Amino acid sequence: MFRNNYDNDSVTFSPQGRIFQVEYAAEAVKQGSVVVGIASKTHAVLVAIKRNAEELSSYQKKLFPIDEHTGIAIAGLTSDARVLSNFMKQQCLGHRLTYGRSMPVRSLVDMIGSKAQTNTQHYGKRPYGVGLLVAGVDEQGPHLFEFQPSGMTEEMMAFAIGARSQMARTYLEKNLDKFQDCTREELIRHGLRALKESLVQDRELTVDNTSVATVGTVKGEDGLAVVEPFKVFDGQDVVAWIESVADDKEEGAGAGEAQAGESMEVDS
Amino acid sequence: MDHRPQAWGRPRDDVYGAYDASYLNHSAPKTATQSPIVTGTSVIAIKFKDGVVMAADNLASYGSLARFTDVKRLRTFLSASVVGFGGDVSDMQFLDRHLNELAIDEAYEHETTASVSGPAPGQLNAANLHKYLSKLMYRRRNDFDPLWNQILVAGVDGAQQPFLASVDLRGTTFTSPSLATGFGAMLAQPIMRRYAATEEDAAKLTRDQAVDIVKECMKVLFYRDARSLDRYSIAVVTREGVELKEDEQLEKQSWAFAERIRGYGTQTV
Repeated sequence: MFRNNYDNDSVTFSPQGRIFQVEYAAEAVKQGSVVVGIASKTHAVLVAIKRNAEELSSYQKKLFPIDEHTGIAIAGLTSDARVLSNFMKQQCLGHRLTYGRSMPVRSLVDMIGSKAQTNTQHYGKRPYGVGLLVAGVDEQGPHLFEFQPSGMTEEMMAFAIGARSQMARTYLEKNLDKFQDCTREELIRHGLRALKESLVQDRELTVDNTSVATVGTVKGEDGLAVVEPFKVFDGQDVVAWIESVADDKEEGAGAGEAQAGESMEVDS
Repeated sequence: MDHRPQAWGRPRDDVYGAYDASYLNHSAPKTATQSPIVTGTSVIAIKFKDGVVMAADNLASYGSLARFTDVKRLRTFLSASVVGFGGDVSDMQFLDRHLNELAIDEAYEHETTASVSGPAPGQLNAANLHKYLSKLMYRRRNDFDPLWNQILVAGVDGAQQPFLASVDLRGTTFTSPSLATGFGAMLAQPIMRRYAATEEDAAKLTRDQAVDIVKECMKVLFYRDARSLDRYSIAVVTREGVELKEDEQLEKQSWAFAERIRGYGTQTV
């Protein structure tokens, strides 16, 4: 019987130079429902599809505030995300206490990156089975970062992770040039359209399964940038946004179908 | 033969007499710094319209001995803030090394564009630095191993306003339009308060006025503080950065007043 001998732990290379445990962890991210993040010059938004385990149960949260200026979207094992989220909250709080300022987003992301990487290099440990999109603002403006179980982190202009996220990424790539100058509302609508691209045939965005979160900077009276704190919107608060992208359903869906049709032909 | 580890490598008792092993006795309590050794005296600083002026003389005293006359007690941080140290000089050197490390980490984190002068956006400003130093000093006090300094931090805060604050060996912090440590608190602070009693008064001072006030105070301190020196450092910190001069000489001294002093030592009045 064929058996892979090189996937028992995350410290053993396969003869092809692969570490299977890390690759499996990356697969766990693809099991999670899709989350999309986009950053402009003034704002960063996260949008997500929530799933319920069964019809009678509640929907699993996907977006979490970390600190006043930062939040995350998760795809993968929620329990692993909880560990990372608690760690990030502690780091942000500690930074606020010792320096009296909000933590630079890049240093925060670098910290979870290092933390996740050590897990891939020690016998008896396992990688985190979760991918994150980290949105936040600091003195340099809004940021969006992607985090992978391997420990790899990258700054993104827009990105999507989770199940069928390739469809959302295609939408984002197509509209990439517009994002920089988008308003907060436009960013959210782009995010929701990207989400719709990755939905399966008969599902759609509803007040129950859609989550939106924003963070940004606004000009204060004295001309200095003021942080618009990270805030998650659920339920009735997202109705208006869902309806605003439902309007362009025909043309959006039409374009999407034509696109899908084309690519199908190319594939076959 | 004595095989106990305490006896290894010791001079032979039969040749040199009984070895004094008292220092191996660990029953005595561990003692940290009980008093400063080599010390710097006052640091003074005053806010003005667009920044802060700070000064301290270049003397490190060993008790009443003027031991080192070229010690720089004002240190810059990231070309954006100035830290002035009074008190123990070795603790100052420790803090200076520590802050240099912090500054290097911070500079790596926020890459600066060469075209922009002054501090990079997002780097630790004076208010952040003061908060950090206050936590550090209070932590050390709680370890019963204090860093024996009184520190002034000057620069600009997050809202780009002039910032001046103090922290001491107990972690006590306070802020004021003008601040002075050590003897300066008695001798220089009243003079500075004449010009900048409130934030509003300080906001009316020009840079030149503030520099003149500080120079006047340094002169008074040299006249009346027996642990002071007439060579000093003076720093002006604004939004544009720090200008630090480290080898200034007190000018226009007049010792005429000394004639009138009575009551110190042998006199035949």
